[in-house]
Amino acid sequence: MIALLDYGAGNVGSVLKAVRYLGFPAQPVSSPELLAGAEKIILPGQGHFGAMMKALAERRLLVTLRKKIAAGTPYLGICLGLQALYESSEEAPGIAGLGLLRGKVRRFQTLPKVPQVGWNQLQLRAHGGLFKDVAEGSFVYYCHSYYGPVIPESVAVTEYGETYAAGVEKGNVWAVQFHPEKSGEVGLRALRNFLEI
Amino acid sequence: MFAKRIIPCLDCKDGRVVKGIQFVNLRDAGDPGELAEVYNREGADELVMLDISASREGRATLMDTVTRVARKLFIPLTVGGGVRTLEDARWLLGAGSDKVAINTAAVETPELITELAERFGSQAVVVAIDARRIEKTETGNSKLETRNSKMETRHSVRDDVPVPNFQFPVSGAASAEAAATRWTVLTYGGTRPTGLEAVEWAQRVGKLGAGEILLTSMDADGTQAGFDCELTATISRAVHIPVIASGGAGGPEHFAEVFLRGAADAALAASIFHFETHTIRGLKEYLRERGVPVRI
Repeated sequence: MIALLDYGAGNVGSVLKAVRYLGFPAQPVSSPELLAGAEKIILPGQGHFGAMMKALAERRLLVTLRKKIAAGTPYLGICLGLQALYESSEEAPGIAGLGLLRGKVRRFQTLPKVPQVGWNQLQLRAHGGLFKDVAEGSFVYYCHSYYGPVIPESVAVTEYGETYAAGVEKGNVWAVQFHPEKSGEVGLRALRNFLEI
Repeated sequence: MFAKRIIPCLDCKDGRVVKGIQFVNLRDAGDPGELAEVYNREGADELVMLDISASREGRATLMDTVTRVARKLFIPLTVGGGVRTLEDARWLLGAGSDKVAINTAAVETPELITELAERFGSQAVVVAIDARRIEKTETGNSKLETRNSKMETRHSVRDDVPVPNFQFPVSGAASAEAAATRWTVLTYGGTRPTGLEAVEWAQRVGKLGAGEILLTSMDADGTQAGFDCELTATISRAVHIPVIASGGAGGPEHFAEVFLRGAADAALAASIFHFETHTIRGLKEYLRERGVPVRI
């Protein structure tokens, strides 16, 4: 079973639609018991970094999520689900992220328009995994005010004032800052690459 | 490269796309699902659906329409028209819409913007603003009351009923005259002046939690004579959230203008695409040649 982690504020619906469209069985999961049995986990995050970490903890999902990731269960973070992998975020000082990636999530500065809403291009740094069969320079749909810094695990980056992590891969942990469920064929391809692991 | 967005708009009534649909290659030209697929295939960056049903039955049909349109659509979908409560928004988002557009309800109950943003996130909240130029009085002061509109009652945030030979004020370059131009906000489909000044209102909705502004020039709307670049630039530069320009699109050159001179982040149009005189793909190639960043 593919678990779509539902902590009450994510965009579970549209991701669920995309996963099912691709022919994979998936279900929204909001209890640690169900999460424990998941073969793959998708965290379609949305909203506030602190609120999400808090909601995951309150629903006792955080501990199980850490265990599952440590046990090698494939994980795909989307948007805030990518940011959650870092150690912390400027959006919520004092609240810890999962800490699987080094660094702190930052807010876009000195730009006329924040959030970034719309389509921007991927600069690929690795061509397998998440971005297998995805062309260099492909456009994907973004909607965010905060971004994860570029790290060795960044397999794609995008530029919007700053260059930031568009996609990361670290073992069984994959994540994208863009919304694959709203990024047309390119997004569906990335999603399929994860689902076919 | 961050792209400027091209957004086709479907005006729907009782589950059918209405107004000037002349696609020849569709089995059912009025089916929103089919039209959405065509636009998606052609490279639309998003879709906007505006419900102009007046009846309760029409609203129920809308849910079904949204579900059908969203099912195979993997680009952002905004639905608007008659959204007045948190519950309306919950239904639409639950049916597969990614964003909801609110207009009249935002003016009458501004706190709704904040409630929607807190519940669903700012990214899901588009505030539609219908703006009209304020005529200057003889002393040079502008006044907020506007002339009586002879336009038909409008149910949507924009409309594309052609107004033959209608001349809207040409948006001049940054002249002293232009700097003093002001716009008033209209509600109820562009029929009712509110007394709100458009720039102030735009800034306020941004602070209240709107994620984007869908800005329709009621002077340009329906003319096919071009977007109101002055209005768009003025609002776009006054806020920190994206502005979608609407009203007046008649040809590719108008899109180039509104992006290059009007500082628009996105541009919306209906009839120009419905009539198949301009494909989205063709429009984007035109824009790219002129240095406008687009997703192709």
